[in-house]
Amino acid sequence: MYRIVEKQDLTPTIKLMRVVAPAVAKKALAGQFIILRLHDRAERIPLTVADYDRDQGTITIVFQVVGKSTEELATVKVGESILNFVGPLGQASEIEHYGNVVCIGGGVGVAPIYPITRSLRQAGNRIASIIGARSADLLFFEEEMRSVSDEFYIVTDDGSKGRRGLVTDALGAILKSGEQIDLVFAIGPVPMMRAVADLTKTHGIRTVVSLNPVMVDGTGMCGGCRVSVGGTTKFACVDGPDFDAHQVDFDELLMRQRMYRKEEQESSEHYHQCSCRG
Amino acid sequence: MPIKAREAMRTQDPQVRVRNFGEVALGYSDGQAGSEAGRCQQCKKKPCSSGCPVGVDIPAFIGLIKDGDILGAARKIKESNNLPAVCGRVCPQEEQCEKHCILGKKGEPVAIGRLERYVADYERQVGVETPPLPAPSAGVPDLAGAARKKVAIVGSGPSGLTVAADLARLGYGITVFEALHEPGGVLVYGIPEFRLPKAIVKEEIDNIRKLGAEVRVDAVIGKIDSVDELLANGYSAVFIGTGAGLPNFMGIPGENLNGVYSANEFLTRTNLMKAYRFPDFDTPVKVGKRVAVIGGGNVAMDSARCALRLGAEDVYIVYRRSEKEMPARREEVEHAVEEGVKLNLLCCPSRIIGNVDGWVEALECVKFELGEPDESGRCCPIRIKGSEYTISMDTVIMAIGNSPNPLISQTTPDLRTGRHGVLIADPETGATTKQGVYAGGDIVTGAATVISAMGAGKRAAAAIDRYLRGV
Repeated sequence: MYRIVEKQDLTPTIKLMRVVAPAVAKKALAGQFIILRLHDRAERIPLTVADYDRDQGTITIVFQVVGKSTEELATVKVGESILNFVGPLGQASEIEHYGNVVCIGGGVGVAPIYPITRSLRQAGNRIASIIGARSADLLFFEEEMRSVSDEFYIVTDDGSKGRRGLVTDALGAILKSGEQIDLVFAIGPVPMMRAVADLTKTHGIRTVVSLNPVMVDGTGMCGGCRVSVGGTTKFACVDGPDFDAHQVDFDELLMRQRMYRKEEQESSEHYHQCSCRG
Repeated sequence: MPIKAREAMRTQDPQVRVRNFGEVALGYSDGQAGSEAGRCQQCKKKPCSSGCPVGVDIPAFIGLIKDGDILGAARKIKESNNLPAVCGRVCPQEEQCEKHCILGKKGEPVAIGRLERYVADYERQVGVETPPLPAPSAGVPDLAGAARKKVAIVGSGPSGLTVAADLARLGYGITVFEALHEPGGVLVYGIPEFRLPKAIVKEEIDNIRKLGAEVRVDAVIGKIDSVDELLANGYSAVFIGTGAGLPNFMGIPGENLNGVYSANEFLTRTNLMKAYRFPDFDTPVKVGKRVAVIGGGNVAMDSARCALRLGAEDVYIVYRRSEKEMPARREEVEHAVEEGVKLNLLCCPSRIIGNVDGWVEALECVKFELGEPDESGRCCPIRIKGSEYTISMDTVIMAIGNSPNPLISQTTPDLRTGRHGVLIADPETGATTKQGVYAGGDIVTGAATVISAMGAGKRAAAAIDRYLRGV
């Protein structure tokens, strides 16, 4: 059992939890993920590590309530426990001295980009970071991201905070300034990552994205998370989750993410019926 | 004198069982077991035992059934086999012990597997006896406290559980590390409920816990501590039984379409995650009306039979050789066919065709004919040019084998690997190229059987004991 020691509502639908998992916290690195399972009928949910504290033995996770399992996870209170919590899974992000790096987080993707940005800055890179959301009330980790960035931009779809538009508008402005950019790191919804990839490709800038396909075991055993990268099939859980954005088949990824849409709906309806009755 | 026929085992009616996940084979009654035990000739040379990878004293346990001492028979089996209820169900006895039975020369061999199952089930029903206290072993002088040597076991499948039980009995401190949330490896994620009820696996693992072994789930060695760290942090030896966990795909167009599964994923969703009870359990599995399972082994049969139980109307096994060459157990093929699985033989998929939304719509296959036997003795399939044809399909399951999981070899630089990434280990002792590290099961041999993994576990446990005693 893995106890929750802290819980925050970052936005109305995005929650933060700090979980006691010393073995995971001892080894976790930026870019890796965990898989949790709430109870003995629950599914295994992969979540990218949002932070880790080796001294306290805790892992911070951030998730968006999007369906039955995340809705149920959001009901767990401080002091209560999660049944299973395994990690750190996947390859850590490649943290090196690249030079000038742009880090982009969109929506709940701001959570995993934060430890990566921090590690890149510690490695001596100059960081320009961009975080984006639909509107101001959906933004989070502003101070965290600002504190690890040399330049910091906020973008909202409706202009309620920061620049109005998309993260690619802010990225476009940086690229236009003529500043030499050595690497772009982007995590967010697939359409956002694809738009970033399309833009940086025309500028020939190396770009890394972190993918979140459907997974079961997270150790390479099931192959459910397969993604096409540069024309070959990779398992995101063991080969990734980070990949060269210019090689990723985003259309296929989007299509595969939709595989259980009907069942997700059914599961959610079933949960609400049961909740009403109970 | 004509040889008496073996006692048939009751099974659930195919029409009924195809709609449930309950066990197919129902086991022997007391009377049937006694009668079948009576067929055993009690050969002095015990040819049957020589065919058992863990060396169960078969005539002795059958003799005890004859005498009506069923618990005695259970103790006798457990001297060599820690998982009798599992082995009685999933061992390919026809290739092992029963193959050597002298009755088999003129008639049907003694149904050793069914008797083993009967004994194990009887013992479970009356309550498993408290296992005897660990026998003192020279060199493990103080069996309590800090002097006790610790052994780490990576993976809780058949080989790991065998090593755990054997070494726990000798008094070693055992920790089994399992990556998934349930221990048992292929016994829980792979083999379906209707062939091996999970309650049985759980009981067998609880029995191993009672011997003093600790089982830690959610523990991926190589991601938390590495093998080197285990050795540095108090473990005197490490056994690696991580299995052949990586599913193979064919590399044909369309394999990443929605509706294409590896058998591992399909079975894991169904068995481990209990998708057949969705939405009461959260994990779903997608099964269309028409399902093709590619491959001819036990995993293919398990997948096909699960697909039927999940509501598929037509399930096809697609296999490029003929029925005779199928690596699956005869009994499994028969059960599958009885339940309505259709065999599409001498053909092989060449392409999976999708619709505009990215879902499987059809399977293109090419026909094969059989050529000369190859070195394995199986006839080599030869592709017939221009014989491509298309069949409509909703779901495609790839059951064409697994490769060893590279997680341990990648994080333990001085472990040598061979072809397809298997760990190099001495077949007699399981010793790897790294001192104090042993390995066995599919991670060494590539995908094989539960009992051969258990046999490797037995040999490794004995070798680890010798190593730790310095003899």
